[in-house]
Amino acid sequence: MDLSFTPDQLAFRADVREWIASALPPPLAAKAALDAPFEMSETMEWHRILYRRGWVAPNWPKEYGGPGFDATRRAILSEELEQAGTPELSPFGVIMVGPLIIQYGTDAQKKRFLPPILSGDEIWCQGYSEPGAGSDLAALQLRAADDGAGHFVLNGQKTWTSYAQYADWIFCLVRTDPKAKKQEGISFLLVDMKTPGVTVKPMNTIGGTPAFCDTFFEDVRVPKENLVGTLNGGWTMAKALLGHERTAIAAIGSSTRAIQKVKRIAAATLKDGKPLLEDPVFRNRLTRLEIRLRSLRMVYYRALASAQLGRAPGPESSLLKICGAEILQQAFELAMEAMGLDSLSWFNPPPVVPPIEQFVPSRYSYLRATTIYGGSNEVQKNIIAKAILGL
Amino acid sequence: MNFDLDQEQELLTSTAAAFVKRASPPGRIRKLRDDALGYSLDVWRQMAEMGWLGMPFPESAGGLGRSFVDVSLVLEHLGASLVPEPFVPSVLLAGTAVARAGGPAQWQQFLGPMIEGRTTLALAHDERGSRFGAGQISTRAERDGDGWRLHGEKVFVLNGHAADVVVVSARSAAGISLFAVDRGAQGLRTTPVNTIDGRRAALIALDGVRVGPERLLGQDGGARPVLDEVMDVAAAAACAEGVGVARTMLQMTLDHLKTREQFGVKIGSFQALQHRAVDMFIETELARSITIAACIKADDKDPAERRSATSAAKAQLAVSGRFVAYQAIQLHGGIGITEEHDIGLYFKRMQALNTLFGDEDFHNAQFAALAPPP
Repeated sequence: MDLSFTPDQLAFRADVREWIASALPPPLAAKAALDAPFEMSETMEWHRILYRRGWVAPNWPKEYGGPGFDATRRAILSEELEQAGTPELSPFGVIMVGPLIIQYGTDAQKKRFLPPILSGDEIWCQGYSEPGAGSDLAALQLRAADDGAGHFVLNGQKTWTSYAQYADWIFCLVRTDPKAKKQEGISFLLVDMKTPGVTVKPMNTIGGTPAFCDTFFEDVRVPKENLVGTLNGGWTMAKALLGHERTAIAAIGSSTRAIQKVKRIAAATLKDGKPLLEDPVFRNRLTRLEIRLRSLRMVYYRALASAQLGRAPGPESSLLKICGAEILQQAFELAMEAMGLDSLSWFNPPPVVPPIEQFVPSRYSYLRATTIYGGSNEVQKNIIAKAILGL
Repeated sequence: MNFDLDQEQELLTSTAAAFVKRASPPGRIRKLRDDALGYSLDVWRQMAEMGWLGMPFPESAGGLGRSFVDVSLVLEHLGASLVPEPFVPSVLLAGTAVARAGGPAQWQQFLGPMIEGRTTLALAHDERGSRFGAGQISTRAERDGDGWRLHGEKVFVLNGHAADVVVVSARSAAGISLFAVDRGAQGLRTTPVNTIDGRRAALIALDGVRVGPERLLGQDGGARPVLDEVMDVAAAAACAEGVGVARTMLQMTLDHLKTREQFGVKIGSFQALQHRAVDMFIETELARSITIAACIKADDKDPAERRSATSAAKAQLAVSGRFVAYQAIQLHGGIGITEEHDIGLYFKRMQALNTLFGDEDFHNAQFAALAPPP
């Protein structure tokens, strides 16, 4: 057994860290230092910088423009990006639909869609959830009827379509056979957001930041060549995609950064004339969380070592999402506690609160999403109970 | 990074699994409860024959020089089957102290017979006021000619009721020192006590026990770094055993959920219980993963690295182990409260492991003290 990284891997980590420090434009670095929310334009600026470095899609095969990294390098890169507080790239193109097109798409689809995903010239969003189909995703109703003239005609609604207000394309699960068993009548369709009949209604999150949208479809005509995979074969792909999504979701780097932030806030906050960080009760709770993150990091490293050997994800990887989501929430909960009355502040600029605290209440609020998105923790537990524990 | 076992380790694991199954199934502890020794010297000798009792010691001290990871593979199975033989007290507590502090003559005298399974050892360190810390002891070693006389009281000395030789920590004029004392020495009085996990320990009173210079292990006043290492190794050992305990409790609980019927169905079909079982699985995996790190780092030359890793694991074991133990009892229902069901034996062993060698608060504080400033 060996817990250490190889000299090559350590050198790579140092390279990545150094590169981020030099490549992150100063206005973005200033925001990163405060964990301020990034505008979509800033996120896409960072996307293009990563693209030019060849690192924007570490999980893509080399022939499609990936950097050819093994599992460990991919993990090091994402950990360093998170830890530096760089803009979190929208996952819908690079992480989600891209790999799916690579796996199931036709040559024409690959040629048409993959390059602009990579370069950031086209922004994607995800059309999965509907008002009546959340955890029970297979209950989705967005109807795609065959017009007999080479098009599907879409009618219905998608919700929680994050970043739809910026998106050029949406990938959708649609119902192509209303008579079939619910999982069997679903297809996977790529839809141009500029198609007549598509309307987007943005909503703010409880963090006061834009993300969610409702997206409505009224007689939206989509050419049949935008079907990915087989007709009525969408459910298989939906599941494959959730598999891609889940492994990247442990948020180890983000949580490490968040705990560091809690420490910095607590070191600068006084309680009875002494730094809160030295208060034994507070420190004990913080340490408990820090150790829990360290435990999760070890689970993650075990999963990584196994992936590095080309094995399928083992049972330990399934808990990464559940625990990672909770730890990130708990870190921001502690940050709020450390702030005391300052935690009441809502986006007020300094000197109302110190700069490091300014965006914590927003982030704390928004992060309640982590245990919901990507399949809620309760759904994840259903899956583990069945697939791993045999219940 | 690699977390695979090599061929030799795979063999060690399967040997350990087969041995505990044959020689010490979990219910055995119940039969030994009224036995004055609380374990079997015959099983102890069998453990010696397999080479286990010399595993962690360097070859120069008569050992096999195996890594702590190797030792942890055995420990996990000892934990999983609640084996009561004094492996941790004799090999890892007293044994490590003798190996690290002592010299060749002392290795031969104290470690040699123990490695062969002919004797057992104990470490008498904790006191009523010491609360897990290595430095907080008040037992005195007073100069007496070329040797010392020991005065003080040690509590809950594991295997203290039976050990042939007891390694005693005491404060001399030079600082904390270690002495190897025969249990039969004049002025040493042991009072056997029962522990929550069905084992034996002893209170040991030292009333002017005379020790000669050949009984001093290492430098007079130089024992602190040795005791620190012993405590870290002991914490890692408790984690490895604890993972075995947690893993077994999870499996027993899953078996119960899959067989027990209520309302005409298996109770494992209820979502509330499924999610609880998943939480037990998660806690077990967290403890297991950080324990692997602690076991790898238990041999680390850098004391801060070693301590940070072992304290983190021990604190996590307290959280995870407690959760798994409580839920295992809860999900077994009434039968889990009866003495005749094994799950209660595991529950109590987990409780003991969580306390021994430092509880959660102790290790959290120790971990935090080593953290770099923000």
